[in-house]
Amino acid sequence: MAILPVERRPLTLSERSYLPQIARGLKTTLKHIFAPNETMEYPEVQPEIPPGYRGVPTLVTDPHGREKCVSCQLCEFVCPPKAIRITPGSVPEGSGREHIEKAPEEFKIDMLRCIYCGLCQEVCPEEAIFLQNQFSLNGLTREEMVHDKKRLYELGGSLPDRHFKWDKKKAAAEHGNAH
Amino acid sequence: MIEFWLSLPPLLQATLKGLAVIAVIFPLAGAGSMAERKVSAWIQGRPGPNRAAIPWLVKIPFLGRALQRLGLFQLLADGLKFFFKEDPVPGHVNKFYFFLAPAVALIPALTTVVAVPFGAWLDGDTVVPIGLANVDLGLLAIFAVSSLGVYALILAGWASNSKYPFLGGVRASAQFISYELSMTISVLPVFLWVNSPGMRGSLSLARVVEFQSLPGFWGGAWFIFTMPVCALIFLIALFAETNRQPFDMPESEADLVGGFHTEYGAFKWAIFFVAEYAHMIVGSGIFTLLFLGGWNPLPWVSLADFSALIGIAGNPLVVGVVSIVIFLLKVLFLIFFFMWVRWTVPRFRYDQVMVLGWQKLLPLSIANLFFYLVVIALLQERL
Repeated sequence: MAILPVERRPLTLSERSYLPQIARGLKTTLKHIFAPNETMEYPEVQPEIPPGYRGVPTLVTDPHGREKCVSCQLCEFVCPPKAIRITPGSVPEGSGREHIEKAPEEFKIDMLRCIYCGLCQEVCPEEAIFLQNQFSLNGLTREEMVHDKKRLYELGGSLPDRHFKWDKKKAAAEHGNAH
Repeated sequence: MIEFWLSLPPLLQATLKGLAVIAVIFPLAGAGSMAERKVSAWIQGRPGPNRAAIPWLVKIPFLGRALQRLGLFQLLADGLKFFFKEDPVPGHVNKFYFFLAPAVALIPALTTVVAVPFGAWLDGDTVVPIGLANVDLGLLAIFAVSSLGVYALILAGWASNSKYPFLGGVRASAQFISYELSMTISVLPVFLWVNSPGMRGSLSLARVVEFQSLPGFWGGAWFIFTMPVCALIFLIALFAETNRQPFDMPESEADLVGGFHTEYGAFKWAIFFVAEYAHMIVGSGIFTLLFLGGWNPLPWVSLADFSALIGIAGNPLVVGVVSIVIFLLKVLFLIFFFMWVRWTVPRFRYDQVMVLGWQKLLPLSIANLFFYLVVIALLQERL
């Protein structure tokens, strides 16, 4: 049974004349004329962004509006195209968050270098950097395309936090067990 | 007004009438390109060109927006672009014939309109056709002149002095010759029917319409019902003669880049384009006159009956406008049909085109002619 003979029936006259097939084709295309368009008219209609989408990298604050980044520089080290530059600084005195010790003084992402790989988001121990939904980005100068800290927080906004890690640490330290 | 018009010298009258018709055909042919893009877009589930806008025109409520969505401003933008863009002439072409070809394409396309009546008005009870020239030569003149259009393609292909245009030109000549035969033979039964022995013979298209507006069942039937095979062969040959898909051999952008107009650009290319659509419009007009009852609104309802029915029979001007509108609607539907087919059916291979033309259509049209010879000889006296 290796070879199955397929019956090849000769084409009928109507098939050889093409006409019934053309008529059927015309019927199909006529249906498409009255069908709704598939095209999304982009600038007016924005596409639906699926969860997990890797858009422009941003810095986020916690629900209380506090900076999450502790300037550990892991993202800077992991960044394959070396787009991230962090200038570490300290948390200002009197802010109630001195126990965190470090915060970025400046945080720059060169969007001309960024490849949207998402490794910075994966590596971040503080869940401070996220690639969010923005997919369209442009500028008129190279300088404009380097996002500084202010712009990164503007783009990021604040995201919900499940841990409030540093609040817990502070509470634990006040109860006498630092770690 | 009318006295002034009649006092003008006949030559000036004819020129003005001709210019008026060209002033309709030319923009219509240009609009054809936009219609083509829109129809293709709708068939493929796209909106088509709908962004170009004239700033203050688009502000008109409803209308401006509707025109923008229909892509009408895109049409103007395209036209302007063709006027103003650089028109390079490749170094290797034969300049004289290269420049001549677009003109040769446009002139026959616009000349054929002369013998096409496009409406009628009522002078008492007689129906007088509106047209540039209602000559007895009629269809023969149209065939003779429109065949000249192929010279443009051959000239363009040859003068371009490059491989693809040359192949396109060669294909064009072979295809035109093949399909012209069956096209001409397929309309013979129609003229056998409208002419009978002993009377003055005529190939006038107005006469054909007259025979489709007679009273009675057989008199009022359009020729597409009484001679469907003729209509089919004529339509297929018309597709081939106007270089439309599935007979897009001279252009066949998939294998010949742009075919005969590969080396053309800017305004010269636009002229080829307009000529192609003008051919389509005239071809659709001829098909309408021959088989779709011309300016008669419906089968078995002639223009005279129709205008009596809606009570405009006493006003020749209104009847004339109504008849032209009816005729144009049929022509526009046929043009839509051309586009509809183009975006449905893929292109034939070159050898398939030749086989279809010589081995299928030509014998079929000859057999059809003989069939109608017998039928008309037996029946015409009795009907």
